Amino acid sequence: MDIRSQIAMVFHLDKCIGCHTCSIACKNIWTDRKGAEYMWWNNVETKPGTGYPSKWEDQEIYKGGWVKKGNSVLLRGAGKFKGIKSLFHNSNMPVIDDYYEPWTYQYENLFEAEEGDDQPIARPVSLITGETITPKSGPNWDDDLAGSEDYAKNDVNFKNLTAAEQEAMFQLERMTFHYLPRMCNHCLNPACVAACPSGAIYKRGEDGVVLINQKKCRAWRMCVTACPYKKSYYNWNTGKSEKCVLCYPRLESGQAPACHHSCVGRIRYIGVMLYDADKIEAAASCEKGDLVDNQLGIYVDPNDPKIIEAARENGIHDSTIESAQKSPVYRFVKEWGLALPLHPEFRTLPNLFYVPPLLPTMAFVNEEGTYETTSENFWGAIEKSRLPMSYMASLFSAGNEETIKNVLKKLMAVRLHRREETVGDLPEEELKDAFRDTIMDKETADEIFRLTSLPLFDQRFVIPPAHREEALEMLESTADVKGNSGFGFKEPAVRGL
Amino acid sequence: MSNNFFFIGLPYAALVTMLVGSIFRYFRFGFQFSTLSSQFLEGRELFYGSRPFHWGIMFLFFGHLFAFLFPKSLVIWNSVPVRLVILEVVAFGFGIATLFGLGMLIIRRLKHKRLMVVTTRMDVFVYVILLTQVISGLWVAYFARWGSAWFPTVLTPYLKSLFVLSPEISGVSALPLAVKIHIISAFVLIGMIPFTRFVHFLVYPFTYFFRSYQYVIWNWDRKKIRSSRKLVNGVRSKNN
Repeated sequence: MDIRSQIAMVFHLDKCIGCHTCSIACKNIWTDRKGAEYMWWNNVETKPGTGYPSKWEDQEIYKGGWVKKGNSVLLRGAGKFKGIKSLFHNSNMPVIDDYYEPWTYQYENLFEAEEGDDQPIARPVSLITGETITPKSGPNWDDDLAGSEDYAKNDVNFKNLTAAEQEAMFQLERMTFHYLPRMCNHCLNPACVAACPSGAIYKRGEDGVVLINQKKCRAWRMCVTACPYKKSYYNWNTGKSEKCVLCYPRLESGQAPACHHSCVGRIRYIGVMLYDADKIEAAASCEKGDLVDNQLGIYVDPNDPKIIEAARENGIHDSTIESAQKSPVYRFVKEWGLALPLHPEFRTLPNLFYVPPLLPTMAFVNEEGTYETTSENFWGAIEKSRLPMSYMASLFSAGNEETIKNVLKKLMAVRLHRREETVGDLPEEELKDAFRDTIMDKETADEIFRLTSLPLFDQRFVIPPAHREEALEMLESTADVKGNSGFGFKEPAVRGL
Repeated sequence: MSNNFFFIGLPYAALVTMLVGSIFRYFRFGFQFSTLSSQFLEGRELFYGSRPFHWGIMFLFFGHLFAFLFPKSLVIWNSVPVRLVILEVVAFGFGIATLFGLGMLIIRRLKHKRLMVVTTRMDVFVYVILLTQVISGLWVAYFARWGSAWFPTVLTPYLKSLFVLSPEISGVSALPLAVKIHIISAFVLIGMIPFTRFVHFLVYPFTYFFRSYQYVIWNWDRKKIRSSRKLVNGVRSKNN
């Protein structure tokens, strides 16, 4: 057993309103620079849709992530042989047009244009070449276009759906969408780290944040290919790759990352997870259907005395263990089993979990072609959701429909319980059935409700102290300067020759 | 006189500049060590330029290096005429590939506005010097046949004399102009390494083959640093 700590996240998709505030907060802090304009370390996508960069989920195109090979995993499109072989030209790398050409507007023209018959306009200009361009795509141009030919129809997750199911999804009356905010998952088995020939990308031992050392990056571009979530970006100006840093300077001073902090829908939770690093390889290389279960099996119970003992032995601070015990992520992911990783079949063991969206579930079009809202149960069955289970399973459980169904049933049980509490018009049997199916009780349902709907700021963000008072020791050992000649003169007192 | 300058002064100046300059730049401006890849801005045409160019020039570089380090083996190989012709034809093929790739790269860069944005003056110099080098090399290979036959007897002793610090230039001074241009531009190229994107081949990722795939850095290994039992020097983090 090798217990380590990891900062993990939960996004509650039922609460996401798709406002992009997270993306803007991130952009203003980190990527508002030359060469980084096109990067959105955090972005919000509409599902069904193609996302950003276009069709990023399709590993037939981009060859990201890992593939199972025996009892281990291999990088799909990079690695010691495949990667080095294609250093000179990386065949599977997305180029700027797969994202979009960043642009600004000639605002100064509004003030400085010469007097004439026409009103001056601010034309769009490329942020790369400086020439006027007509923007044809942007980071969120699929926003709310869940029924469109260009975006939704090309969603990669439709591959597993039957033609009839696909057809049904594009009926006007059934059409639906949900938002999917995405950022770096700070994976337990990061493909970008494994693919970097220079060894510039590393996982921070203390909190599991994955970072790129800008000084060591040599622009071999393998991380861009290897990351299946396409969350490592190439800065064309500096010739270095960049990615989400989980706002580590904020984390270290006890603040939530900017995207979390600014979230309007309060969908984001962040907290510590303790995990057993020895189980990573086995969990990453299991059969596709077991991926979610095995990944969740890596995270250990921070209240278990044996785990606490092992964590202490590994040098994890008591305050970090305490944070892990209070972690909202642990509750959502492990205790309640409500949150799932995005595309676990990429086998990177992501640390960002999603509570899948539940509604709209009830309405459908009946045989007479009218909009049918009555149902046997109060809110209709999960199976009758507008988004087919196979679609949701393709997103969140590597195709395992049982897993996603269980989660949605639990969410439904909470809803029924709260309806009963606040309105009290449900048949008793229905609530009982829901609780029995999901093995839940009223107390748990209330706790889930409370952490979902009424959480306080520091219940959503439980950040372990970084111990600034000991920060010096993060950079150098104080033992090194023991017995030295005071401050500022840091040469070891070694006897002369 | 000019022979002394080009074949004694220039080589030493180039080698010293290369060594001192590269080391200085690595430690003072380490951030700048990058391939400065432009694939992100244009990915399709790069394939036809970069692949043949890099594979071609790598073969040629190691061919020259082999001829310098193991001249006798080369002479023995070439003792059978068929083998000499095979070697020369293959090398010439790689030369053509390099020239083709280089041409494609230059055309690609001129064609795309986006690429001109990331093209510096030193990049232009890189293209000029590489063109000179490859064209003069092909010229020599074709008109001064057979290079692999006279290289071991003329150039190997000269290069060796440079490295043992007693330059002997009577051999090279008598060579035709094309060969001289090839040698001079080679030394200019070496001397310019620290000032151009050439630095990227000095940081070829050899270490990748020897490390495990995953890489975790502990800024602060409490087990090692804070143990009161062993008050020995701690372990510094490796990322700073």
